[in-house]
Amino acid sequence: MAFFPRVGVYVCHCGINIAATVDVRAVREYAATLPGVVVAREYTYMCSDPGQALIQNDVRELNLNRVVVASCSPRMHEPTFRATVSEVGLNPYCFEMANIREQCAWVHPAGDLTTQKAMQLVASAVAKARLLQPLEQRQASVTPSALVIGGGMAGMQAALDIADAGFEVTLVERTGQLGGHVAHLHRTFPTLEPTADLVGALAQRVGDHPRIRLLTQAEVTGVGGFVGNFVVTVRQGEQQLEVPTGTIIVATGFQPFDARRKPEYGYGVYPQVITTVDFERMANAGEIRVNGHEPRKVVFIHCVGSRDQAVGNAYCSRVCCMVAAKQASLVRERLPQAEVTAFYMDVRAFGKGFEEFYDRVRQSGVIYRRGNPSEIIRRGENVVVRAEDTLLGQPVEIEADLVVLAVGMTPNAGTEAIASLLKLSRSSDGFFMEAHPKLRPVETSMAGIFLAGTCQGPKDIPESIAQARAAAAAAMIPLMRGTVPVEAATSSVDEELCAGCGQCASICTFGALNLHPVRGVMTVNAVLCQGCGACATACPSGAINVKHFTFDQVMAQIDVVEDFGVPPIPHREAEAQVVEA
Amino acid sequence: MTATLTLERPRQSALVIGGGIAGIQAALDIADAGFHVYLVERSPSIGGRMSQLDKTFPTLDCSACILTPKMVDAGRHPNIDLLTYAEVVEVSGRAGAFHARIKKKPRYVDADKCRGCGLCAEACRLSGRVSSDFNAGMGKRAAVYVPFPQAVPLVYTVDPNECVYLTRGVCGKTFKCKDACTAGAINFDQKEEFIEVDVGTVINATGFDLFDARRRPELGYGVYPEVITALEFERLASASGPTAGKIALNGHLPRRIVFIQCVGSRDISLGAPWCSRVCCMAVAKQAHLAHDRIPGAEITVFYIDVRAFGKGFEEFYDRVRKEGVLYRKGLPSEVLRRGDHLVVRAEDMLLGEMVEVEADLVVLAVGIAPRSDAAQVAEMLGVKRDESGFFAEDHPKLRTVESSVPGVYLAGCCQGPKDIPDTVAHAKAAACAAMILLAQTEKAMVTSDAAN
Amino acid sequence: MLQIESRAFAREHDLFACVQCGKCTGGCPMTLKTKLNPRSLILRILTAGNGFDLEPFEELWDCTTCSTCTTRCPKNVSPMEAIIGMRSAIVEKGKIHPNVKTALESTFRQGNPLTMPRDQRGAWAADLALKPMAEGVEYFYYVGCTPSYDPRGQKVARSLVKILQKAGVDFGILGNEENCCGSEVRRLGEAGLFEMMSEENTETYKSLGVSKMFTTSPHCYNVYRNDYPKNGMQVQHYTQLLAGLVEGKKLELTGKLEKTITYHDPCYLGKHNSVFDEPRAVLAAIPGAKLVEMDRSREKSLCCEGGGGRMWLEGTNPGTRLAQMRVKEALETGAEVLATACPFCLLTLEEAVKHLNADDRLKVMDVAELVAEVL
Repeated sequence: MAFFPRVGVYVCHCGINIAATVDVRAVREYAATLPGVVVAREYTYMCSDPGQALIQNDVRELNLNRVVVASCSPRMHEPTFRATVSEVGLNPYCFEMANIREQCAWVHPAGDLTTQKAMQLVASAVAKARLLQPLEQRQASVTPSALVIGGGMAGMQAALDIADAGFEVTLVERTGQLGGHVAHLHRTFPTLEPTADLVGALAQRVGDHPRIRLLTQAEVTGVGGFVGNFVVTVRQGEQQLEVPTGTIIVATGFQPFDARRKPEYGYGVYPQVITTVDFERMANAGEIRVNGHEPRKVVFIHCVGSRDQAVGNAYCSRVCCMVAAKQASLVRERLPQAEVTAFYMDVRAFGKGFEEFYDRVRQSGVIYRRGNPSEIIRRGENVVVRAEDTLLGQPVEIEADLVVLAVGMTPNAGTEAIASLLKLSRSSDGFFMEAHPKLRPVETSMAGIFLAGTCQGPKDIPESIAQARAAAAAAMIPLMRGTVPVEAATSSVDEELCAGCGQCASICTFGALNLHPVRGVMTVNAVLCQGCGACATACPSGAINVKHFTFDQVMAQIDVVEDFGVPPIPHREAEAQVVEA
Repeated sequence: MTATLTLERPRQSALVIGGGIAGIQAALDIADAGFHVYLVERSPSIGGRMSQLDKTFPTLDCSACILTPKMVDAGRHPNIDLLTYAEVVEVSGRAGAFHARIKKKPRYVDADKCRGCGLCAEACRLSGRVSSDFNAGMGKRAAVYVPFPQAVPLVYTVDPNECVYLTRGVCGKTFKCKDACTAGAINFDQKEEFIEVDVGTVINATGFDLFDARRRPELGYGVYPEVITALEFERLASASGPTAGKIALNGHLPRRIVFIQCVGSRDISLGAPWCSRVCCMAVAKQAHLAHDRIPGAEITVFYIDVRAFGKGFEEFYDRVRKEGVLYRKGLPSEVLRRGDHLVVRAEDMLLGEMVEVEADLVVLAVGIAPRSDAAQVAEMLGVKRDESGFFAEDHPKLRTVESSVPGVYLAGCCQGPKDIPDTVAHAKAAACAAMILLAQTEKAMVTSDAAN
Repeated sequence: MLQIESRAFAREHDLFACVQCGKCTGGCPMTLKTKLNPRSLILRILTAGNGFDLEPFEELWDCTTCSTCTTRCPKNVSPMEAIIGMRSAIVEKGKIHPNVKTALESTFRQGNPLTMPRDQRGAWAADLALKPMAEGVEYFYYVGCTPSYDPRGQKVARSLVKILQKAGVDFGILGNEENCCGSEVRRLGEAGLFEMMSEENTETYKSLGVSKMFTTSPHCYNVYRNDYPKNGMQVQHYTQLLAGLVEGKKLELTGKLEKTITYHDPCYLGKHNSVFDEPRAVLAAIPGAKLVEMDRSREKSLCCEGGGGRMWLEGTNPGTRLAQMRVKEALETGAEVLATACPFCLLTLEEAVKHLNADDRLKVMDVAELVAEVL
């Protein structure tokens, strides 16, 4: 039976986002003239409930079999409208969007040219819609377990949450002990409780938990598979373990900035100059001593290796203001005779209880001086910190027998390796990049792989814990559901044209193409395939098409713009655009 | 006989109080995991504060654009029961077995019939006369309204405090709204309803209020029309706001704009010693918007410390300074009138001199404070609050989503000021704790089933 | 009144990026003895509305352009360039110190700031039979004004020539045809004259087929490498060339010099161009020499106060130059020789030694002179 497309076109005003620059009515009227279009409507907000109702009614009453919505970016509302049409029985892949907002109304001034471009975009979308084919959305089953890489605070918390929810968790830690950097701290801000208690609280439970398999002195060396069905290779000593897992959480942490990269501070040259990391260890060991005696003049320097384009780290390391404040107050507490000065640019005491803690620290006698010290030089047994006190407007030289550099956080040394193993992106600051900075802070662009803790960016303990729990929530959802949806718009190989040359496989970053051992042609793993289309471009024989973006569909889109040229715009008296209900 | 989780027993439920981004995110996660969620929101639409923002820092994403997909998801999720224009009035029970009483306020509009077309509002006798809360008092609406065009649900509501019929008993000769409505959705016979639900866990996502800038009278808020709050600025800058995105006062574009940080934060004398965390970046963003929309404007920001601590924040701060926004260290002491404009007096601490900066617009970065009814909510849930009045977490480092009552969790700014990414993470963390409790409760019930 | 359009100036020099941290002022060597405060100057310009009067700021001429501020700024602002920009505005209005005026005019007329006649420039090499630079000669040796005219500087040039001849390096010079490189002209703010000179010199070198060149002075090295229009010429400081020869075993040092030497990093070699190791490698190759480091070495080297036009300007706090502080630091190490690789450092440090009556304890010598002694 021949197939006759019955297309419904819906043009959105998006409030004034589109309507202010595009003559939506003209676009709607134009759309109605396109071949295959049965109905064309416009509405203020197509994504709203009444807007969606318009579409659904037409599908039912006018027997539409293809739907085009001309509105915002598909990244915004494609899932929304796909759900709209599937609710009334239309296959979600029979729906197409024309982006007349981000790619038209938002980037051009109001006028005929902009409206004409919107018309062309709609015509193009309609041309493709007529050639769309229904695709099956399948579900893959999920291995009911998770794997956490990194046994610091974030890793432990995430593992505990998933295990508490009833799933098996493998926790892989590179060193011999749990707790990461926090295990080497003395006390935390602003409560000043011993960090050993914090680490102990989690480590104890991790060790005792019946559903957590802890692998220490172990490293992840390979990852294969896809969301719900990963296989992670872990090397532990001489052994190689293959761990099947449903979801992965990356909690690989950070490393402190190497203060030797600021040679003008003399770290590694002057024994009086240490970092906040060194100080913490020293305090943990029970005493604050330098060169064999307790210091009398202590200077803290903020922002070492952070907010510093001179070393390529423009970002703020978030925690150092509070770390320095905490250590400064510790010095005042343990060595009441000591003078303590803290040099800063801004005091970032932003969290719960932080500002109040900063108030107390100043009360305890720590002098805060605004200025970023330029250099440290030797003077006899001591050193001298040269800075400008910018509030006094004068250069100062502060003699000290102990200088503590508040070093920032940098991405862990293993970040690059993990990034390439798991195909994760990194932000410009070098930390792992989340899928969306505001609304998807723990997801990555790889489905099933989540981020927790400082590997995603500097943060303190409560934030690491919260983020770890957020990652656990995200990682648990597929495990609790038991299945994951599989992308339907994947590549397909025409076996008659395929020569088995393998050029597609060499270009595929997801490992989705393989040579069939018997048939000698390439086959696509529809679950691994992300539908990026690189293989289709690479194939010299034209044997690969990406479903939902076939050669014919794309060419139809291009051709129609050529054929239809520039559509005419009806000019009428200025009148209020009436919204059709 | 073995028991499985696919028994006829209904799945466990969660109650989320508050439909801002925190509540929405927590509800979505719990619902995605397969549990049932009651999402209760006091105002006519979910969306909360985030729906009032124009662009967000540091990415300059349009707030509505990233929020509405989540709102739509929450509205249509098969596992979420969305109860808007409703309030939780009573909660009893314990972790795994809470009981809640929810009051559904009458909209006087039938939600099943209303199509959100807006003809009632156009026809309303008070159209253009009622101050719009959503627009922070800078715009007007009718007595029947939706707070904003992308409301979820998109159902009109009659404001019982403004509607002439509801307040005075009479609306001219006929109800204009009823006459205009072609769906027959207006129904003045609606009454408030109460529903009772049984849930395993409660998440408090009730959000925050803003510091009342009149408590710093020397800054002239409420006296000088040119002094506005950051939220009011946000509404002016929004395409959906009262001026369709033009940052104009009375039709005039301000040429000299001064932002003042820390109004009602870091202030022991006003009982607000905490840092409100988001204002440094919010102001940087607003300064950028002003610079973008008003070419040639002179923009100054007076600050104590610039707290640009998060991912991409310092880089955004660098960008805003490079665009020509002048940052001056020193908090203004007072704002005075001088002819047709204002003068901001401060010490520029880095110059070490007193300065008077002329301004056509002064924007106060008001702090985030606990909601005015936080005490009542705390009492209803039986949870503790800390000294600043925000809801108290069980442990400041390890358990920031647990309240003092097991099974009652905290999500978002009700526990303390946060920006959007931190709120989302916190809400997900609360959802995580809730999901664990629900899963454990289910398992316990299943096990006890099998035992019987 | 010396007004600049502060807003435009701030834009041009990216001053809005400044976060007022004070690292520049904190490290500026001139703050040790003058009012110069780069951070404060920047803020004054930013907050000045649209007109800023430079007249009261005499300390602008104290700046030695050592670039400590610029190297260390965390927000990639260059206070040094802003100061040069301010000097430019002042020079344009003609309000400059008579010494500066003389030096600039002399450069313009005689091709050197030392008011020496052009036709005397090549005299230092009269008896050395050096090749004139031409197409086909491998290296162009750019001698520079001070080594050409100043007797002390000439010793350095002559030592270097000796070394190069022993090592068989094929090089040519310009003699009287050589023109000032313009480095100090630019630092003094005479942008127009500098542009003219740099174009002229580039033309000259191109026409001579210069592809590789080296200089005596780090100032010349820096300006050719970083400030001249891109011309594809490879520029080195002579210590880099020598270090290469040492490493490639092309330079045999058969003598012995049993002295303790401490090396002073010239700002234009070290801070400006991160050349710290090559001069040290050359010194380390001197048989018998023992090297000790001052506390203020490498990135923290203390400016001798010779650059930025300071050879012609006493500054707002005349009398004790920072070079004296430097000499004291050198003496503290127990060194017998204070080595350097810059003619300005050489002159100022030697003068400081004299002022401190330390001639018998410390000799100031250029690296080339030291190497020449052990050939």
